[in-house]
Amino acid sequence: MAGSIEVHGLVKRYGSLTAVNGINFEVPAGSVFSFLGPNGAGKTTTTEILEGLRQKTDGSVSVLGLDPWSQGAELHRRIGVIPQEFRFFDKITPREAIEYYRALFHTGADPKKILAQVELLDKIDSRYDTLSGGQKQKLGLALALTNDPEICFLDEPTTGLDPHARRAIWEVIRALKRDGRTVFLTTHYLEEAEILADRVAIIHQGNIIAAGTPQEIIREYGRPARMRVNGSPELADYLARKLGVQAAAEGGRIEIDLHRKEDALRVLFALDASGLPWDSFATEQDTLEDVFIRLVGRMDDGALKSGAAG
Amino acid sequence: MNLRHIGADFRIVSRTYLRNGAALFFSLIFPVILILLFGAIFSNSGSTAVGLEVLNEDHNSPVSSAFMNALNNTSIVKVSLVTDSSVTPSNFAAWLGQNGYAVGLVIPDGFGANFSEKRPTNLTLYENPEDPSAAGSATGAIQGVASYFNLAAAGGSPIVALGPTEKVGSQIYTYIDYLIPGLIGFTILTSPMFSMVDVTNSYRKEGIFRQLSLTPLTRAEWLTSRILWYVLLGFVTTAIMVGAGVGIFGAHVTLTLGLLPFLAVGPFLFVSLGMLAGSAAKTPESAAIIGNIITFPMMFLSGTFFPVSEFPAWLQPVAKVLPLYYVIDGMNQVMLFQNTGRALLDLLVILVIAIVFFLAAIRLFRWRDE
Repeated sequence: MAGSIEVHGLVKRYGSLTAVNGINFEVPAGSVFSFLGPNGAGKTTTTEILEGLRQKTDGSVSVLGLDPWSQGAELHRRIGVIPQEFRFFDKITPREAIEYYRALFHTGADPKKILAQVELLDKIDSRYDTLSGGQKQKLGLALALTNDPEICFLDEPTTGLDPHARRAIWEVIRALKRDGRTVFLTTHYLEEAEILADRVAIIHQGNIIAAGTPQEIIREYGRPARMRVNGSPELADYLARKLGVQAAAEGGRIEIDLHRKEDALRVLFALDASGLPWDSFATEQDTLEDVFIRLVGRMDDGALKSGAAG
Repeated sequence: MNLRHIGADFRIVSRTYLRNGAALFFSLIFPVILILLFGAIFSNSGSTAVGLEVLNEDHNSPVSSAFMNALNNTSIVKVSLVTDSSVTPSNFAAWLGQNGYAVGLVIPDGFGANFSEKRPTNLTLYENPEDPSAAGSATGAIQGVASYFNLAAAGGSPIVALGPTEKVGSQIYTYIDYLIPGLIGFTILTSPMFSMVDVTNSYRKEGIFRQLSLTPLTRAEWLTSRILWYVLLGFVTTAIMVGAGVGIFGAHVTLTLGLLPFLAVGPFLFVSLGMLAGSAAKTPESAAIIGNIITFPMMFLSGTFFPVSEFPAWLQPVAKVLPLYYVIDGMNQVMLFQNTGRALLDLLVILVIAIVFFLAAIRLFRWRDE
């Protein structure tokens, strides 16, 4: 079996609205796959179809070799899911919640061990309604692990969390991958996908507009790397003449595109040779977020046709 | 149906409930308050006698004294003698009105002498038209006593007489005895209905059902653990209410095993109905409305506070289409009248309704969207 998750020509229509318009992707077993897209792009619909919570309109979907909708009961024993905005019974403690799931799934999971894994051991006997947002989300993650799942579906697991809690969740996700589990992660934070994901797919208006490793996507759709120095307009003119590149000073900052690695050296030599004052040079590269915003923005402007997936 | 799943879910339900002060108050303390309230209002029936102001112009006459005593003994009226010497037959009517009395009687001078010599005397009754029932009671009492005096004066003895009054049923029952099965029915109805309608809707809104749909727990198991919890709660509230009724008001209630099937099938029925109502509604607001539309008529029309036989004839068939009627009637049959045959029929009716509601609830109810 090539992938834990295989999706071919998946279509979901709600009446006349097409939420997912024939998408394809595969998630290899043991990898972290991040599914990105603006709100309403079809992310949650696709995720819910994979989890067996929603019925597809057309196409084929296989998760662990199962049809999520018709074989949901078996699938649910083998996957773990944290839905967006995880909610649980107000008066129940994390220990009781895990004991509950353990009884439902007939596993021997140890509440202490699982809660230690998500760094929630100190709240083991605190009621759910007294937990903070981050602690609640960690409990959701702990419950998703109770049945020792082969695939974890994490739907925006860090939305609304403070930076510390987010990093704690990232650690758990890295540990999941180390354990050999497949992780299917949807997120609003592109930085998160860039750090954690082996592969990402960007969905927009029901179509996948880019897919690959974060570096591949940045290379394909991003702008060239840039060098930035602080200096006067005279310096900018000098660099433009000397190097034959675009260089303009804006508010005392000069940006020069770097098409090859060696360009950085040429810029530094030219700076030294100019005899003009300059300081604080830095190189800059597009992040996944820059690429995402540009791609989605271009799609919204109608500049790109659908199906431009790489 | 997996017993381990039901057991695990039961622990969640019971903990959620026991840790929720408001829920606990309404299911355990509220029934006791109802018993105390209704018991106190209806159990002291001795004070229902109508006050009768008597202006006795026939001073120091043993006959007028005997007549007033006889009126008191009817327990229908309570005589109070007018002692204010400024009150005369001519200003008596005004005096009654000023002091807010409903009925007054004037015994004229010479009443005793006339009685001894078998000469007629006219007693004058004053009544307030705003209180016709007091006037009616007083008229009846006075006529009854007057007839008795006439008979005595004629030297006869009564032929038809009314013996001591007996209560309906096999023992001596008071209002509180009827109230206890009614209030048990009331709590069996209200505590699952209000909470299930709310829980079904809010769990769906909060995504808790979605969460549960990703576990091996089935809808039937989920509903069953709730039914079991409300059955247990029903046993506890029944014990509390019977204890309060017997301990405080001296109620006569026989606790037989025959009560158990009603305490089990009752919650089975109303938990299922509550879930059905909650899942039929799209929003919490409409869920509350649907819940109230179902619950309120049953709360008052099923013989909870008053026996259905005291309802107007046109209203009685309405009571008999309400499921709670059969729960309460069945409990009355086993707790008060030992009428097993009718109790079994009642039990059959609610069992069939409960099974239909249960199946409809798990069929209509969806964990997940299509």
